[in-house]
Amino acid sequence: MAYEEPITDYDHIVENCTCAFCGSNCDDLDFLVKGNHVVGVRHACRLGASKIMEDEDQRLKVPMMRDENGELQEVDWDTALDAAAELIANSVRPLFYGWSETSIECMKKGLKLTEYVGAVIDNQATICHGPTVQAVQNVGYPLMTLGEVKNRADMVVYTGSNPMNAHPRHLARYSVFPRGWFRQRGRFDRTLVTWDPKFSDTAKMSDIWVPFEENGDYGFCNAIRAVLKGKELKEDVISGIPKQDIIDLTESMKNVEFGALFFGLGLTHTLSKQRNIDIAIQLVQDLNAYTKWVLLPMRGHFNVNGFNIYMAYEMGFPYGVDFCRGYPRYMIGETTTVDLLNRKEPDVFLVIAADPGAHFPGGANMHLANIPVIQIDIHWGPSTELADIVLPGTFIGVETAGTSYRMDSVPIHMKSAIDPPETCREDEWIVNELYERVKKIKEEAK
Amino acid sequence: MEYILKNGIVYDPTHNVTGDRKDVMIKDGKIVDNVSSDAKVLDVTDKLVMAAGVDVHAHIAGPKLCVGRLYRPEDSRAGVVPKTDITRAETGFSIPSCSATGYRYSRMGYGTVTEAAVPPLEAKHTHEEIMAIPNIDVSPLALFGNNWFVLQFVKKNDLEGLAAFVSAWLKLSKCYGMKVVNPCGSEAWGWGMNVHGIDDPAPHWDVTGGEVVRALTQVNEMLGLPHSMHVHPNDLGHPGNYPTTIGTLDAVKDVKKNPNVIRDQTIHCTHLQFHCYGGTSWRDAKSGAAPVADYINKNKHVTCDVGQVTFDETTTMTADAPMEYDLYKLSGLKWANKDIELETASGLIPIIYSPKAPVNALQWAIGLELFLLINDPWQVVLTTDSPNAGPFIRYPRIMSWLMSSDRRTEMLENEVHKWATKRTDLASLDRVYDWSDIATVTRSAPAKILGLEQRGHLGVGANADVAVYDIEPENFDATKASNASVIEDVMGRAAYTIKDGEIVVKDGKIVKVVPSRHMWTNVTGFEEQEKKVLEDIMPMFNRYYTVKFENYKVFDHYIDPAIEFKIDAGK
Repeated sequence: MAYEEPITDYDHIVENCTCAFCGSNCDDLDFLVKGNHVVGVRHACRLGASKIMEDEDQRLKVPMMRDENGELQEVDWDTALDAAAELIANSVRPLFYGWSETSIECMKKGLKLTEYVGAVIDNQATICHGPTVQAVQNVGYPLMTLGEVKNRADMVVYTGSNPMNAHPRHLARYSVFPRGWFRQRGRFDRTLVTWDPKFSDTAKMSDIWVPFEENGDYGFCNAIRAVLKGKELKEDVISGIPKQDIIDLTESMKNVEFGALFFGLGLTHTLSKQRNIDIAIQLVQDLNAYTKWVLLPMRGHFNVNGFNIYMAYEMGFPYGVDFCRGYPRYMIGETTTVDLLNRKEPDVFLVIAADPGAHFPGGANMHLANIPVIQIDIHWGPSTELADIVLPGTFIGVETAGTSYRMDSVPIHMKSAIDPPETCREDEWIVNELYERVKKIKEEAK
Repeated sequence: MEYILKNGIVYDPTHNVTGDRKDVMIKDGKIVDNVSSDAKVLDVTDKLVMAAGVDVHAHIAGPKLCVGRLYRPEDSRAGVVPKTDITRAETGFSIPSCSATGYRYSRMGYGTVTEAAVPPLEAKHTHEEIMAIPNIDVSPLALFGNNWFVLQFVKKNDLEGLAAFVSAWLKLSKCYGMKVVNPCGSEAWGWGMNVHGIDDPAPHWDVTGGEVVRALTQVNEMLGLPHSMHVHPNDLGHPGNYPTTIGTLDAVKDVKKNPNVIRDQTIHCTHLQFHCYGGTSWRDAKSGAAPVADYINKNKHVTCDVGQVTFDETTTMTADAPMEYDLYKLSGLKWANKDIELETASGLIPIIYSPKAPVNALQWAIGLELFLLINDPWQVVLTTDSPNAGPFIRYPRIMSWLMSSDRRTEMLENEVHKWATKRTDLASLDRVYDWSDIATVTRSAPAKILGLEQRGHLGVGANADVAVYDIEPENFDATKASNASVIEDVMGRAAYTIKDGEIVVKDGKIVKVVPSRHMWTNVTGFEEQEKKVLEDIMPMFNRYYTVKFENYKVFDHYIDPAIEFKIDAGK
């Protein structure tokens, strides 16, 4: 990596900003600001820094609508908002998807609109940690805030996730390297373990790497539970791991003072899906009979957990909530986005702060290509290609302040450091404007 | 807007009004002694009129509630109500959604509720939920009993520093008062352990629960906070725990009450039912209510709320995380846990209280024993520690049990397990509550205990929080067993609930939705000490928390609208 000169050409520093990238929500960033641009970011990882600094790249700056030739053309805000409101007001099965990269304040307006028109509201959990939530609903949820790990943990296990690439400061700021109250030597006081078929960058720096076979997660966790309960393992190799290794690992997990298990989509989305998480949670519950163990899903977007929390406290259900009957319903496979799209139910799709064009299965995207799509976002993406109306929002945590919930559910108020582009509008304002205009249309029709 | 509630039968224990036929007059959100001729007349002839209810202890908003809603969709589905023109849709039975919480309290005629456990690190979450709850004002209590800074101050016996810390932390978390939960035990849970009794130190800290409770009680009186120390003692739910309870209360007996507060007590012991068990194991468990009630009868520095078991499928949630793990070992139901760095732990587990289960029947009977054995109703408050012993919507049912010994006998003979008869004295207690007692334990006493001068009564100058129930106390025999269901029905749907002079409930239906206010205590006169303490603890804060201090506090926009209680600690 080439040496980069420190940035000295800036007007002022805004301290303790929060990173709007992954679920680590690092709130110790310093933004170097010059002429209403963030020209440098201190303390952030490369993912966070590049998102914050290079946000002008492919930035959506003006409202757009498709013309008769199918090309997106710039329009004024009133035209775009009225057209979007018209679509929503006249829709019979609207679906509002996304929300994980915007603020709780914006979600409040979104839920208001959802309740008013009887739409379905859903977020990225539906395609990422949804099975985790299902498992939590099956067997329980023994978690903690990240500081507990920093201050106490002497064993940290990552499985199905590669934080060195996906949550780059997770080990450095929360779990492995920092000196904690009871772990004054930081990294040297902890055993780092990775269970992963791949020799990932996290595995490379771990003390123990357990390379079980692909889709071997369930069998492996099951074997540890069996050993823990004093059962004899009948096979010599389980999920590709020799029996004795499993017994030794179980013994060391029993004998730590405080263990933490972090798991990512690699565990959630292999063969056994939520059953993998079921057994991981039960393993942690069993370990608590011997010593202290906790676990936490490695949430991806900075506010994906926030949406689940917000919906849970407002409406009692975490995601995929359908209001078409005037009361909330939540039934996985029934009221979740991809299933609705596969059944071709929605007739209008609003996407905010998400990129279904890049992430959804082909069948779901085919339906999106056939129905009107309204996009609220800050950047161009595959979803923009599907969109019929594009409403440019602002960047939470950089241009607009707002609340988010970290992966461990710690709420953080993300401040703003610079002004948004003049032609863009805050997400919260846009969604509220849609609500007001939809309401006007509906009331006039009465 | 002016109102006059005409011809009601008024119970206002604060002013010794016991069933007098009186008009209640309201102007500009306050109770007044006369109104203009423009006042709107509400004819409540012969109906029961009281101040709006005040709940001294419930879990209604915050991170553990949210874990509950997230992991128990079956509970959310159990209470679904469609939206109306005025109200949003409701969900949930034991852990209702935020709007449902507000509507349901409001329908019961309640106006003020204490959220009993706020971890300061996640106080923003609690306040966000309070913003989503309508129609009740909420007084949140911040958790201090296992806070590392507190443990350090107690160890150094630095009460001045501790007072400054508490004062600063109430401002940061925008909370109303202090709560202590299983002091030192929840810290021990950081290592999967617990402490036993008040003299067992937390591992590594060399500080005991008894010392923490005593120091924080002293600080509470030093600052003159409106509410007293609010304690959930050690050993919750363990057979043989009642000596720990008495020991905790006795540890602060000599702490002098601050002269500026309106309350009488220096310590409030919450969900006392869970702390009054005799015996040595669940095999020989029996009631320990009598000695604890006796202690309370002899000591005016103590108040309590009961935490009455109501025989429902509910969700337990508490910062007493090791106890939740104990329950998990007993029941095997899905266990959730949530430890908060440097501050506390917490746990949740669903529970099914069955009248046929010996232990549950015993718990039910112990709760009622406490109501009946504590002589002064001003020292005892009706709660279910919602949702721990049952959801708050069961308060009217508990009232029906208190008002009729016949109903209790009927239950003891036919409905509940024989442990309730054999291992408690409930069967021999024929005391019944009258309407004045009910008004005391649901309004006047909790308001006084919380130090809320303008609530829980109908005197001139009080907040116009009023409840009217569709029952004629003069023509109704509440002691009859067959009338129990009538009491439950009527007290569960107020004829009117008036909040700050506005009618929010009429005939058991929500007619208006107003935002709840966040009640918080702003201690003044300690600024210099606070500054010094913050400077002293900042290196530790920066090193061991995972959020920056600047991002730790609850900003003002999370507490809109608020009621600030300004306390001059220098006085």
